[in-house]
Amino acid sequence: MTRPSRTHPSRTRILRRREAALPVPPVAREVLSARPAVDEGRPPLLLVPGFGAGAWVYAEHWLDHVADRGYPAHAMSVRGHGGSARARRAGLRAYVHDVVQVAASLPRRAVLVGHGAGALVVARALARYPAAAAVLAAPVFGGRLAGWSTVGRCLVRNPVGTVPAAFGGPLRLRRGQLFSRQLPAATATAYRQRMCRAAARAQWQLLLGGLPEPPVGDPPVLVLGSPDDAVVSTAALNRVARRYGGAPLLFPGMGHALMLDAQWREPVEAVLDWLDKGLAPRD
Amino acid sequence: MSMGHGGGARGDLRAAYDRGETVCVIGAGASGLLATKNLTEHGYGVDCYDRETGIGGAWNWRHDRSPVYDSAHLISSKAATQFPDFPMPDTWPDFPRHSQVLSYLERYADHFDLRRHIWFGTEVVRVEPVAQGRWDVTTRSTGGVTERTHRYSAVVVANGHNWSPKLPSYEGMDSYSGEVIHASAFKDPATLRGRRVLVVGAGNTGCDIAVEAAQRAATCWHSRRRGYWFVPKYLTGRPVDQVNELVLAARLPPRVRQWLFQRVLKLAVGDLRRFGLPAPDHKVYETHPIVNSQLIYYLGHGRVTPVPDVARFDRHAVELVDGSRIEPDLVVLATGYLPQFEFVDPDLLGVDEQGRPRLHLQMFSPRHPSLAVAGMLQPDAGLFPLVHWQTVAFARWLRMREVDPDRAAAAVARFSPPGRRWHDARTKDTSRHWFETSRISYLRALQRLLDELEPSR
Ligand SMILES: Cc1cc2nc3c(=O)[nH]c(=O)nc-3n(C[C@H](O)[C@H](O)[C@H](O)COP(=O)(O)OP(=O)(O)OC[C@H]3O[C@@H](n4cnc5c(N)ncnc54)[C@H](O)[C@@H]3O)c2cc1C
Ligand SMILES: NC(=O)c1ccc[n+]([C@@H]2O[C@H](COP(=O)([O-])OP(=O)(O)OC[C@H]3O[C@@H](n4cnc5c(N)ncnc54)[C@H](OP(=O)(O)O)[C@@H]3O)[C@@H](O)[C@H]2O)c1
Repeated sequence: MTRPSRTHPSRTRILRRREAALPVPPVAREVLSARPAVDEGRPPLLLVPGFGAGAWVYAEHWLDHVADRGYPAHAMSVRGHGGSARARRAGLRAYVHDVVQVAASLPRRAVLVGHGAGALVVARALARYPAAAAVLAAPVFGGRLAGWSTVGRCLVRNPVGTVPAAFGGPLRLRRGQLFSRQLPAATATAYRQRMCRAAARAQWQLLLGGLPEPPVGDPPVLVLGSPDDAVVSTAALNRVARRYGGAPLLFPGMGHALMLDAQWREPVEAVLDWLDKGLAPRD
Repeated sequence: MSMGHGGGARGDLRAAYDRGETVCVIGAGASGLLATKNLTEHGYGVDCYDRETGIGGAWNWRHDRSPVYDSAHLISSKAATQFPDFPMPDTWPDFPRHSQVLSYLERYADHFDLRRHIWFGTEVVRVEPVAQGRWDVTTRSTGGVTERTHRYSAVVVANGHNWSPKLPSYEGMDSYSGEVIHASAFKDPATLRGRRVLVVGAGNTGCDIAVEAAQRAATCWHSRRRGYWFVPKYLTGRPVDQVNELVLAARLPPRVRQWLFQRVLKLAVGDLRRFGLPAPDHKVYETHPIVNSQLIYYLGHGRVTPVPDVARFDRHAVELVDGSRIEPDLVVLATGYLPQFEFVDPDLLGVDEQGRPRLHLQMFSPRHPSLAVAGMLQPDAGLFPLVHWQTVAFARWLRMREVDPDRAAAAVARFSPPGRRWHDARTKDTSRHWFETSRISYLRALQRLLDELEPSR
């Protein structure tokens, strides 16, 4: 298991004035759950989608698969996404709040799984909740760490879909950015039509934001992605993984949307194997 | 639960069963749970003892010693009270009720699987230092006689300081014909119905009970020995501590803030002399904040009659310092609480002649920093976040002690002298303010300690 390393900004700030003065307002949140037939005491997985996606992206395949392997599975939509309440002016802090709220509502310490920009939300949530473990899948991190290369790639491959996002408009990723050729075109189109947009403020914060604070409780962190991901470069994957003290697990031939693409089974199996190994039930 | 891990006693009471690197935590209230969670998170084994049969300490109102009464709600708002890494549900009200706070603590204990570390019905009766900063802790099952001694690498005392009544003694009180109780024994508001009630003391407890009596008792007199500032729960439609935090963000010097807050209170609450209360004999922030929006309302409706301090009791009446006499049939002494550390040599906690412990950074024993007290604070905001960082700092301090004992000792000594206060204003010098703490100053001090203990540097 990988452990966070010295690449973290080593300081946890404990005087959190903004959070104390202006708490994030509550909203109705969508959480879809699948439970294993027998509860053997494994930690629940909380699946957090990326910008524009909702809990449904996990409900397609991963949710039931996780439960079948004996882990309680919960997929959520952060505010303004999927079936959660609308929130046009939300920022990253509100998304992080949503994730931590759902995690703390579970009966046991949860494993946080984030995809795309949802991985950044999870990385920030790790500083506000001592997760049992975390998985950052095809992570889209802000500014310094991976943002520029990610933005650059998006601009080159899909200027029409990307440029408006820089002005607070929606980000429209193309089929080739999200999925491999193996996924039938009709399915891909249907998925793309279900995507919505993240709040403009959150997009800006993703672009310009600093590094997440270090995780609390020293959770093991797994980073995974695809060398053929048209959104996140392998270099960006490596940088994120190094930050958490490891190397990324790679799934060649897949697009950015690891949980929807034709080979969706491989990454989730790898995540569960990793958990089986590292989270063996304690005494 | 049985004391299955013990076995140290075996006839010879002095043979301590060595628990190695395990840390002992005394109390399973909020502070003890925080200590248990944060120590286990840092890799330490924990044995936590509580003399009650459940967790929650003060917030578990089934406990005889719980100071909580039926109408008790938080005075610090949810956001300022919750643990920094396990928030209360955001759908809860701004000021949850005591039963919600208890259920929150129970969910915390379950979420982090803490109960397996706790030995209920077990009272700690002695804590004694042995060589190398280690400790012998002697326990006894509540109500039992057999004692067991275990040896620990460190001890966190989290026994709370709001359960042992601070009782005033008045001439003639013992032979008074009416009922006299301390607020800690007051639970059920039905006991007030139709009675003539005198509430003594205007801390948060006294004001809450006076408000209850206003709604149920035939008569309610409320006695206090000085004038106070009353802070409403809401300002501009927001919990007052959130508004205060916004003002703090402006980084005004403490004196300017004090002046500003006083102006705001004069506007929002007004001149209390109109209600028959004396003007405050001090500036705002110089006594522990009373957060109560209802007392003034009931004073204004004649449901609470303000009276001065009690002078003496005779058989049928209570005489007040202004010479007037009233005849309550129930007297509730809401005069506060005193800390109790009967199980440990007072020297280890730097206890002075008055009984006030003096610790480094209000947590480390001045003699052996491997003995710490968690939660011995009375903050101007929620207590839990401060205790969270106290216990994280203690866990990190233990880590540093393992690798570099000298540096660990120096990190604590920096906060000399023991007993230093972490408060911006000069508080009234009464036992009520022994542990008065300003959240900001204290967190800043803890941040300095945490930075120094940072593992990576
Ligand atoms: C009416 C009231 C309202 C309050 N409202 C607020 C509020 O709004 N916000 C806020 O932040 N704080 C509030 N407080 C302060 C409150 O004390 C703290 O919130 C908190 O409950 C303190 O927790 P603790 O764990 O330090 O102590 P406690 O809750 O008192 O727990 C101590 C535990 O130690 C155990 N114990 C003690 N001695 C021994 C021994 N020798 N052996 C074994 N076990 C032992 C006890 O059984 C108990 O379970 C309020 C207090 C009162 C009285
Ligand atoms: N969340 C809530 O709703 C809530 C409710 C209750 C309590 N609390 C907390 O619990 C703690 C204890 O509060 P508390 O109200 O029980 O106690 P407290 O704050 O110590 O207040 C005691 C009151 O009694 C008075 N008093 C003490 N000794 C006296 C004497 N000998 N003669 C006359 N008056 C005397 C004090 O006056 P002086 O000021 O002159 O000393 C003060 O007014 C505090 O931290 C408080 O914030 C919170």
